Parts: sequence; structure tokens; C-alpha cells
Amino acid sequence: MLSRTADHLFWMARYMERAENTARMLDVNYQTSLLPQSEDSTRALWQGLLSISELTWAFNQKYSEPSPRNVMDFMVRDEANLSSIVCCLRAARENARAVRGALTTEVWETQNQTWLEFNRLLKDGAFERDPGAFFEWVKLRSHLSRGVTVGTMLIDEALHFLRIGTFLERADNTARLLDVKYQALMGEAHPGEDLTSANEGHEVDFYHWSAILRSVSGFEIYRKVYRNVIRPEKVAELLILRPDMPRSLAASMNEVVANLRHVANAGSGETLRRAGRLQSSLQFGRIDEILAKGLHAYLTEFLESVNEIGAGIARDFLVPVAA
Amino acid sequence: MQTPFDEMNAAGGSVREHYQVYAEWLARQSDALMRGRREEAEVIFRRVGITFAVYGAKDEDGSGTERLIPFDLIPRVIPSQEWRWMEQGLRQRVLALNRFIHDVYHGQEILKAGLVPADAVLKNAQFRPVMMGVDVPGDVYSHVAGVDIVRAGHADGSGTYYVLEDNLRVPSGVSYMLENRKMSMRLFPELFSMHRVAPVAHYPDLLLETLRTVAPPGGVNEPNVVVLTPGMYNSAYFEHAFLAQQMGVELVEGNDLFERDGFVFMRTTQGPRRVDVIYRRVDDDFLDPKAFRPDSTLGCAGLLDVYRAGNVTLANAIGTGIADDKSIYPYVPKMIEFYLGEKPLLANVPTYLCREPDDLKYVLDHMHELVVKEVHGAGGYGMLVGPAATKAEIEDFGKAVLANPEGYIAQPTLSLSSCPTFVDSGIAPRHIDLRPFVLSGKTVQMVPGGLTRVALKEGSLVVNSSQGGGTKDTWVLED
Repeated sequence: MLSRTADHLFWMARYMERAENTARMLDVNYQTSLLPQSEDSTRALWQGLLSISELTWAFNQKYSEPSPRNVMDFMVRDEANLSSIVCCLRAARENARAVRGALTTEVWETQNQTWLEFNRLLKDGAFERDPGAFFEWVKLRSHLSRGVTVGTMLIDEALHFLRIGTFLERADNTARLLDVKYQALMGEAHPGEDLTSANEGHEVDFYHWSAILRSVSGFEIYRKVYRNVIRPEKVAELLILRPDMPRSLAASMNEVVANLRHVANAGSGETLRRAGRLQSSLQFGRIDEILAKGLHAYLTEFLESVNEIGAGIARDFLVPVAA
Repeated sequence: MQTPFDEMNAAGGSVREHYQVYAEWLARQSDALMRGRREEAEVIFRRVGITFAVYGAKDEDGSGTERLIPFDLIPRVIPSQEWRWMEQGLRQRVLALNRFIHDVYHGQEILKAGLVPADAVLKNAQFRPVMMGVDVPGDVYSHVAGVDIVRAGHADGSGTYYVLEDNLRVPSGVSYMLENRKMSMRLFPELFSMHRVAPVAHYPDLLLETLRTVAPPGGVNEPNVVVLTPGMYNSAYFEHAFLAQQMGVELVEGNDLFERDGFVFMRTTQGPRRVDVIYRRVDDDFLDPKAFRPDSTLGCAGLLDVYRAGNVTLANAIGTGIADDKSIYPYVPKMIEFYLGEKPLLANVPTYLCREPDDLKYVLDHMHELVVKEVHGAGGYGMLVGPAATKAEIEDFGKAVLANPEGYIAQPTLSLSSCPTFVDSGIAPRHIDLRPFVLSGKTVQMVPGGLTRVALKEGSLVVNSSQGGGTKDTWVLED
């Protein structure tokens, strides 16, 4: 397969996944903001969302106030914000268009239709009318995009690069979400402390933790897996280490490595080694060790590794220097 | 040549025989139903993304610079005996044109015989000296030719097909021919059970077969065929992607290719892979920055050397423009007689060459009734339509012609035939042309029909999509 084709496929999948995760985070914030709470905590909620995506600075250039409306506008429809849903969906569609021949008709039409429909919904005021339903729609289109990919494409390189894009992006996004929310809820006062003991003085805010779980479709999974009240360290375990939780870091890295093995070439050994090392650290890791080290430090390191693996994939497959 | 000819309705109001079943069906369809179908077609074309790029324009729904080419619901129908005759004429014409290009770049017999003025060839901007003496597989240069044909009416009510121009470089439009057929089968399946319409969907198969047969000799068993596109912002990008996908070959851009050790390779995820045949949709000038325009990022440096050494095939070949130049067009009938010893089946439009003093005088005296064209113009630009022009425009154009007679030809204004078309005001006649696509490899092949373009503006003769033209499905009826 052409390197350029692989590159477009990889990014098409990444942008679609990013659009979905942005919609998920916005949705959970929006739902949470409907709960009774102080102005300060509302502000913290929306500021947190900006810092997840490292967009605080860009946002402040344009808006004076991180009000729900402003942040949602910035993250949904602001063309100047390259991480906004509109930019992600456009990029996904442009990447798809650049390689429409490498996609099945259904995959391309789904991608194209999503873009056309998204613009229509924005124009019709569907987003203002009911943000929740709008975010739900974005999620559904992403589900559809993934489903039609797996359901219609030949299981070959093209599909593997799409899958690598999806799961590398998901690993990144879940890690960021957890990092920011965990810090916001547990406070920055006790990094590295044993959270179980740190917790004893606090009443765990059930609604906030369940909101995090819901943002990764994990609320029901949590109940099923732990059959217990919601505890922060268990939430962290679920989102980091459980291979059976589809949006966890472990599950995402399992998929990245499996697909990477299928496309391996003569020069990709080092990238595979790094991905494999990260995968096995998740496979054999324990949550108490991770928390002892400090969750923030752990996730920061994780994001760096993911970033390196992404760069390695680009180097080995996507834009090789003249052969 | 001034009597209007309608493809469906004969003079006196009777419906021509090959349109009778259709006309009866059409009379039974309500206006609302037809409008509904037209909207449906638009939605589908958008969803499938059958669009062309308009530079610098913005659509209302934010989809940027992509526009639809309007699709008209009413097909252009060609009876089988007419098509059989046209097919023979096309085969003959394209064969002769390929022989001419080969001759120009080898012995130049036709120039020596004095049938085509040597100046018109050797001093032509489309003549490529780098192609002198280069042998190409099967001596085929124009593997894909799009020949534009119009029909003009006569006083007795009959009509004659004329070749308006030959497109031998990178003719486009074939994807619309295929998509239009898919669309009409989807919108009006019942019509296809009422008519025996010759299928066209096998065009990509024929194209792939053609490209494989011209792979470099002594090469590999399975030649690696690719389609070279300028990229997704090119106006015909949809077609490039479509043809690559339908043939199951890679769609490459210039940056995907590189030259090494006398061969062309493409960069893949598994390392370099050799390329044998390039169906290129990039103009000559941009193919190789080392040989042609140095600022081109659309081509592959070193490609020309590989090509000249016979280690890669380009389709179409470099330098085919010498045969479809407007100043060469008048000589095509002579080429057919010279190379094939046959009488031309398809007529040329009578053409005045402003380079000839007698013709120049005639043209300057009759500009108000002629179409005067710049020899190198394309897409409906750089021409004067005499009957529609103002006195001042005629005067200005006359000066330009006088200043550079070699740069112009003139033809009588043909009254292009019309075909009933579903426009906003209902069904009304609009002018049409036809572009069949002729494939030359080991043999000459084509699918029945071609792309019918229609000038949607009332009275307009300009069918180009860049100037308000649309397309129609084209049916060749089988006996």
C-alpha cells in the first residue's frame, strides 16, 4: 500500500475518534453542569475540559469567560480551533476523500454523509436546541464509521492502519480525560499519596465519578466488574488496566500492538518494541503501584510514550524518507 | 447548416422512431414526479461525492469548493445503426491520429509528402522534440481519446455528425458517463425494461486491459498499473479516484513516485515497488520537473529519462497534443487517407485556416457569421461566436486575428442539435454534444455511446461544465 494512503487512513480514523471523544467530554460536562453546584465548580468543570485538550491558551485569546456556551462553541464549531468537532470531522472527511479509492463505497459515503449532515444540523440550530442530542449524534456517527469499516473492508493493511489510528487516539484521549478529572476531583494537594487513605477524609462525589465513567461508557461496566460502590482507585484501574474495558489504555494498546504486528516491515522493529513494552506494562501493572508513583506522573509518561509510538509509525510507514 | 435538429422531435412535431417508447412514457410522468426525481439525483450525487472543484468558490452548506455537475433526467438516445457507423468512424479516426503522432516523431513521411505543412507541426508549441525517435509499446500514443461530436441539421430535415475536436491528451468525463447510467437505472428502472440499452459499466475493465497491454516489453508478468492524479483539489479528482478504484489499482500523486536506477518506483508501507504503466491525468508540462516545468510538484523527477528508455509506459504518451491542436485538426481527413488509404467516415467541420491568405480574407469579411477560435484555447475560452458578438467585439477580435493569423481558425456557426431537457420551466430543447471515449492498446475498443453534455442556458451553445453545462445519460439502443 502507498505510504501516503496509509497516512490518510491513519489520520482519518484518528480524527473521527477525536471528534467522538470531544463529544463525549462535552456531553459529560454538559450533563454535570445541569446538577446543582456552585459557580466556581462550574467554571472549574469547563476550564478542565480546555486543559484536557491543551487549549486553555487558545481559548483565552478569543473568549473572556469560560462559560458553558463559550467553551461548547469553541469545541464544537470554531473553525480556528483545529481540535473542534467541526475541524475533526472535516479533516476525517478530507483524509477519506484523498483515498476514497482505498475505502469501500459504504465507508466513504458514511464519512461524507457525516460531514454534510453535520453542517446541516449546525445550520438548523440543532446544536443550540439540544446539545445532548447533538453530542449523541456525533458519537453515533463515529460508531457507524467504525462499524461500517469493520463490517465492509477487506482485512488487510488498509484496515490495520485505520485501526491503529483509532486506538492510538483513544489511548491518548482516555489518558487525558482521566488525568484532568482525577486531579480536579482528588485535588492537587496529595500527589503520590496513597489515595485510599487520602480518601478517608473526603466524601467521594458519586455524581462526578459516575459522570467520568459515563463519558467513556463505563458506568454499567463498572457496576458489572466491581459490584461495589464507586471508588476513585477502581475507576482508575478500570480505565487504565482492564483489558476487557473497550476504552481503557490496556485495551487500546492491545489493539495498537495487534494491528502493528500485521503491518510490520523491515524497519518497524523499534516502534513495535516500544508499543509492546507499553502494552506489557499495562498487562502486568497494578493500580496500587501506579498510584504510589503518582497518577499524574504515570499518565504524563504514558502520553509521551503514545506520542513516540505515533512518531515511530509515521517514520516507519507513513512518510518514509526517499527509499 | 442553420436548420435546428432535435434528437427526439422531427420537424412537423412527430417523434423520431427511436424515441417513441420513451416519449410516451415521458408524457405519462407528472411534473412533480420528475422534480422529485431530480432532487433525489442531487442528494445521491452529493452523498457519493460526485463533484468537481471550483477554485475560489464557497458553497452555502460549507462544503467549500465542490460543485455538482447538473444531471439532466432525459437521456440522449442513439439508434444502433447510427452508433455502429459512428464507432467505425471513430476507430478509423483514432487509428490515423495515432499513426500521425508516430510519424511526426519518427520519419515525418506526411510532412515530406506535403500533406501537412511542416511549419504547422515543427513550430507548434505542442510538438515535443524530446519524443523524436522514442519508441512506445505498440506505437500507441493516445491510449484514451475523447472525440467531441456534434450533429447539425440541414434544410431537408436531416442531420450530419461532425467531429468538433479530438482530445488526445488527458480527456475527462468518462466517470460521469458511468455515474449517469447508474443514476438513471436507479431513478427509472422501468425504462430499462422497456428499452434494450447497451451497457457501459465495463469501461474500467477495458481501460485496465488497454493499459496492461502497453506495459514495457520484457517486463514483469503482472504489470503494476497506477493512476497519477494532481491531487484532491484538481477539478477531475473524483474521476481519478473513481477509475483507480474501479480498476483496483493505486491512485498515486507525484510525491508517491521516485526514480532510481532507471526505473520508477512508488513509496509503499513495505518499501519501494516498481511501477510499469502510469495512466497519468497530469499534463505534459508537469510530469517531470527535471525535463519540463521545474516548479512542478505534481510529477516525478527523472520520469522522462525512464520513459524514453522504455522502462515505464505513460498513457497517454508525451507529445500527443501535436495531433489534437486546432491548427492540425483540418488535416485529419487527409491523414486518414494517407495512413489508412480509406475515405473518412466522420466529417470534419469545414475550417478556415487564418494562416492561409485566402482563408484569412474570408474570415475577416465574414466574422459576424463564423466561430473564430484561438488555436490553443480550450474549455470554451478564447473564442468569438460571430452571430452573438457585438460590433466592437468583432472588431477587437479581428485585430487580434490579423496580428497573429497562425493563432486562429474559423468555422461556420453550427446549429448544434438539441435534445428535450428538464429545466426549471419544464421540458425544453437544449443544445448537446457527445464525447465517446476510444481506447487504444493492442486493439481499439470503446463502450457504446459516451458522455452527452448539454448547454442548460436557453439558446447557449457552450456545453462546458465550467460554463453552465450539464450532462445526460447516453443510450445506444440495441436491435
